[in-house]
Amino acid sequence: MAAVTTERAQLSGLPPVKGRASLMGTIRSEFTKIRSVRSTYWTLLVLLVITIGIGVLVCWLTASHWNQASLSQKASFNPTSNSLVGLFFGQFVIVVLGSMTITAEYSTGMIRTSLTSMPRRGVFYVAKAAVFTVIALIIGEIASFVAFFLGQVLLGTAPVHISTSLSSPHVLRAVVGGGLFVAACGLFAFGIGTMVRHTAAAISIAIGVLFVVPIIVNFLPSSWNNDILRFLPSEGGQAIWRTTQAAHEWPAWGEFGVFLAYTAAVLIGGYILFRKRDA
Amino acid sequence: MIEVRGLTKRYGDKLAVDNLTFAVEPGKVTGFLGPNGAGKSTTMRLILGLDNPTSGEAMVHGKRYRGLNYPMREMGALLEAKAVHGGRSAYNHLLCLAQTNDIPKRRVDEVLGLVGLTEVAKKRSKGFSLGMSQRLGIAGALLGDPQVLMFDEPVNGLDPEGIRWIRNLMQALAAEGRTVFVSSHLMSEMESTAQDIIVIGRGKLIANTTIDKFIAENSTGTVKVRTPQVDELAKAVAAAGGTATSGGDEALVVQGLTTDQVGDVAFGAGVRLHELSTHRASLEQAFMELTADSVEYQATVQGGSPTGTAPAAPAPGGGRHAVTEEAPQGIPAAPPPPAHETQDEHAGRTN
Repeated sequence: MAAVTTERAQLSGLPPVKGRASLMGTIRSEFTKIRSVRSTYWTLLVLLVITIGIGVLVCWLTASHWNQASLSQKASFNPTSNSLVGLFFGQFVIVVLGSMTITAEYSTGMIRTSLTSMPRRGVFYVAKAAVFTVIALIIGEIASFVAFFLGQVLLGTAPVHISTSLSSPHVLRAVVGGGLFVAACGLFAFGIGTMVRHTAAAISIAIGVLFVVPIIVNFLPSSWNNDILRFLPSEGGQAIWRTTQAAHEWPAWGEFGVFLAYTAAVLIGGYILFRKRDA
Repeated sequence: MIEVRGLTKRYGDKLAVDNLTFAVEPGKVTGFLGPNGAGKSTTMRLILGLDNPTSGEAMVHGKRYRGLNYPMREMGALLEAKAVHGGRSAYNHLLCLAQTNDIPKRRVDEVLGLVGLTEVAKKRSKGFSLGMSQRLGIAGALLGDPQVLMFDEPVNGLDPEGIRWIRNLMQALAAEGRTVFVSSHLMSEMESTAQDIIVIGRGKLIANTTIDKFIAENSTGTVKVRTPQVDELAKAVAAAGGTATSGGDEALVVQGLTTDQVGDVAFGAGVRLHELSTHRASLEQAFMELTADSVEYQATVQGGSPTGTAPAAPAPGGGRHAVTEEAPQGIPAAPPPPAHETQDEHAGRTN
């Protein structure tokens, strides 16, 4: 360790400031936080690899085995869904990052240092959520668009014309929606993470709601589950990156609105608890 | 300036902080003392607004901490050294704190230099020793050049050089007119650092005074005498109304008489003296006497002490007996309490 000193003289004064510490400062701080730990890069890399990789693999298999496919398979084939199918798995990766963005503050004890530097909890919460949303949105859109374009290139190698383009009906909305879906899944987990303050618990709950609940509902009699499905966050989220509308669903934006409503509820619930609880 | 008024914090049915009222003045180091579990850390969290008080209030420069415009520029705090994300480098840790309060980047480099962490600035803090983590925490507290500083157990885990450094730093900060509020369960540490002390036990205020007054008011002074005629002197002292206990080879420790009286008694009894001195009780001793009844976690003698320092024989009366009471009477600079090596506020006295 370097020699220590008690010379205070070497510290220069700070430039004076007016007003009060702003939201922008805390946003800069949260950006520094998220870019300065390795887990962020690993998680985002895994998200890209899984989302794009699975889409590419599925499109390649579809194109190369097109002649062996059954008529019903050919009839239900959707080139957009085919290339974006990796998003279904990518959502679980962003759930991990969304949870950890807040729960790592608790598991490391950093939350007490963070709230000492910015004790106004609303500012801290909004800054953290905003920085995460922007990053998740950018990575989500990259994943969605790259998966789509690579997928269409591979589908183009099929013996017949089965690929699509952004100018086809609903396709642009679905591909943009893929990125929105990723960001919303992450925020959903962020809200749960704020409530439970524990990484493993937050990830388990988020995956339970997004993945396990729809499976259980599928076992219900179809007269019930069609009514229930349209209210599920998982269904609402996935509708935005499909070009087709299932019989039991509202239109894509309506379904996505359901998911956003759940996300907003969880974020607001998290905020209420975050404000009043001891750190 | 920190003011605490009627501060109370209840966790379930346990009062962690019980109606505390005190003020911490600028320009000096104020020690915040109490046994483990007395409520020191809770009080500090309440001051910072991390925990919400059940009742009462804590003010920094007349405002609640959450109401400060630029909190880090008015008050710097070190709570737990390990309250950092271990995957982040020391530099980035300080940078993210600085950015919340619009503190320029160059200031991060300056405080890293001040605490001696420049060479490891780019290393992840995961690999830091406890001493290095304490320095990082102190660097964070100094980032905003604040007028008020609060440190919770800052010397924990530091080597002697580090302890001396912190002591000098705190005194230098106070000499610049800043308010320095520092907690410790090591009384000997405060004795050489603080001018004022606030003592709490089981969440309650026990004393709020200067170090000198605290010792004078809470500990009986003793007189040390060395003589080749120990037995004669002991009898004479007893006859004069004092109590003499053996102070080692050819020495006695006398309570209840002044040096003048002991000298006169010895002269009257024809006893030759080789040494006659007053012994000012250490802060450690005064503290132990005062907080003996309010130690949160006591080790019973029968149950044995976790540190193995308890005497084998049961204490007279056989009742519960605090570990802290076992320091031999009359020996200056009593050894630090057994909790010395623990970092956890609650780990020290329990098994």
